[in-house]
Amino acid sequence: MKQYFATYKRHPKSIFLRAVVTFAAALTIFILFSLVAYIIVKGIPNLKPSLFEWEYTSENASMMPALINTVAMVLLTLLLAVPFGIGSAIYLTEYAKRDNKVVPVIRMTTETLSGIPSIVYGLFGYMAFVRAMEWGYSLLAGVITLAIMILPLIMRTTEEALLAVPDSYREGSYGLGAGRLRTIFRVVLPSAMPGILSGVILGIGRIVGETAALIYTAGTVTGVPDSVLSSGRTLAVHMYALLSEGLYTDEAYATAVVLLVLVLIINRLSALVASKLQSR
Amino acid sequence: MNKLREKSMGCVFLITALASIFAVIVICLFLFANGFPTIFEIGPLDFLLGTNWRPTQDIYGIFPMILGSIYVTAGSLILGIPIGLLCAVYLARFCPPKIYKYLKPAVDLLAGIPSIVYGFFGLVVIVPMMRDLFGGNGKSVLTASILLGIMILPTLISVGESSIRAVPESYYEGALALGATPEEAMFKVMLPAAKSGVTAGIILAIDRSIGEAMAVSMVAGNQPVIPESLLSGVRTLTSNIVLEMGYATDMHRAALLATGVVLFVFILLINLTFSLLRKKEDK
Repeated sequence: MKQYFATYKRHPKSIFLRAVVTFAAALTIFILFSLVAYIIVKGIPNLKPSLFEWEYTSENASMMPALINTVAMVLLTLLLAVPFGIGSAIYLTEYAKRDNKVVPVIRMTTETLSGIPSIVYGLFGYMAFVRAMEWGYSLLAGVITLAIMILPLIMRTTEEALLAVPDSYREGSYGLGAGRLRTIFRVVLPSAMPGILSGVILGIGRIVGETAALIYTAGTVTGVPDSVLSSGRTLAVHMYALLSEGLYTDEAYATAVVLLVLVLIINRLSALVASKLQSR
Repeated sequence: MNKLREKSMGCVFLITALASIFAVIVICLFLFANGFPTIFEIGPLDFLLGTNWRPTQDIYGIFPMILGSIYVTAGSLILGIPIGLLCAVYLARFCPPKIYKYLKPAVDLLAGIPSIVYGFFGLVVIVPMMRDLFGGNGKSVLTASILLGIMILPTLISVGESSIRAVPESYYEGALALGATPEEAMFKVMLPAAKSGVTAGIILAIDRSIGEAMAVSMVAGNQPVIPESLLSGVRTLTSNIVLEMGYATDMHRAALLATGVVLFVFILLINLTFSLLRKKEDK
């Protein structure tokens, strides 16, 4: 230890670098902590029972319909994105041969998809589904837009999970006489499940937090829609609407807390599921 | 029978894999088919380099917004990259395991916070703070840069950390053996060796920064003029769309869609340049 300090005495620059590095980490934590603490401290006193009434009125500014819409949006989007995401990951890892010509194209397009900003997705959804398909502002338009948006995320996490399954599992399965399909569904997918699940949960987090892609696709109607072709706002859009109307700052604080806590729980869950995979 | 099933399922997987290609084609078609006619109707030069945005008078120039996006993105990078990379170095090497256990999930949490919540935080905390410090209404290039700088931190940190960790440990040990201090070894050997991963992280951060709409529109002031200083209000390409799409009609709406196309082309160009650079490096 003494020698350690002696080296440092001769290198003031190193001490400085060490200090700067530690400071940067401390600053990051400070920012995160103050953000979460501020929202929670300011928001929790504003959580009133009237915010959770079934019907939205301009008096109670209830977030209940928005919560229900968020759940519907998550379920429908996953219904669409998960089969496609897992299917293409299976194709990429289990079927495609090394010199396959399609694979580089798929990689390029998924990279492109994950780089597109959510507002551009929103514009696309607006042009394609709201206008060209004439669905109007509707859950369905929002669902398809979001499904395309989270597709690369699900593909990537599933692919990583599938690649992490040792080849000996597959060989063992083939050796016992199972075909390719049976191997995939009975051996590879089950052992990759935690990884896939953690990706899906991350996807849920993105759907819950998304605003820009939804305002001009699913729209901002306050109630619970009676069909997938009606408009309905999710919690994040609800919060945006509250803020842009400018009259509901207290309610916005309360909504922010609910949104933040939801997303934090979802992300923790994803990390926990993923760590289960590693511990095995 | 079994063979048929194997074959047909193989086809099903291929079809799902083609979905992403299909999606990109459809997105490009819709954006370009709707955007380019508008741009040519307005006149490409008038649209891209025009400094006035007055939808009521049918004048659509998005140059202030293009500059705005560039200013705000550059500002966020200037603030975010040093902090993000230093934090990545700390996490990859100097962080005691006990702290790492909390720090790492915390950074992941920062990544998961929705942009609308960031925007709200900016609006109720950072904007008043800037107002007290510099006067004015507090909504400015600087405010937006600070908020975006915070928002890109998790990307920079996690990509930075994993690319530093991917550098062989022997580099570090070699540097120590040659008499470098741990800090010198990190900054002069490990960080340069992790360069391509770090660049990838920076590109991701640029994408996020330039594409962010909700948070920026809440703290940037949104005046559609070229900002005169760090403290004047600014409107970005993204906030232009968010703000006006709700009530725009006809040509105005078409011009907003075209703004989205310009943004899309920006992102494509950035990513393309980067992948070309990477290819060159691989060779």
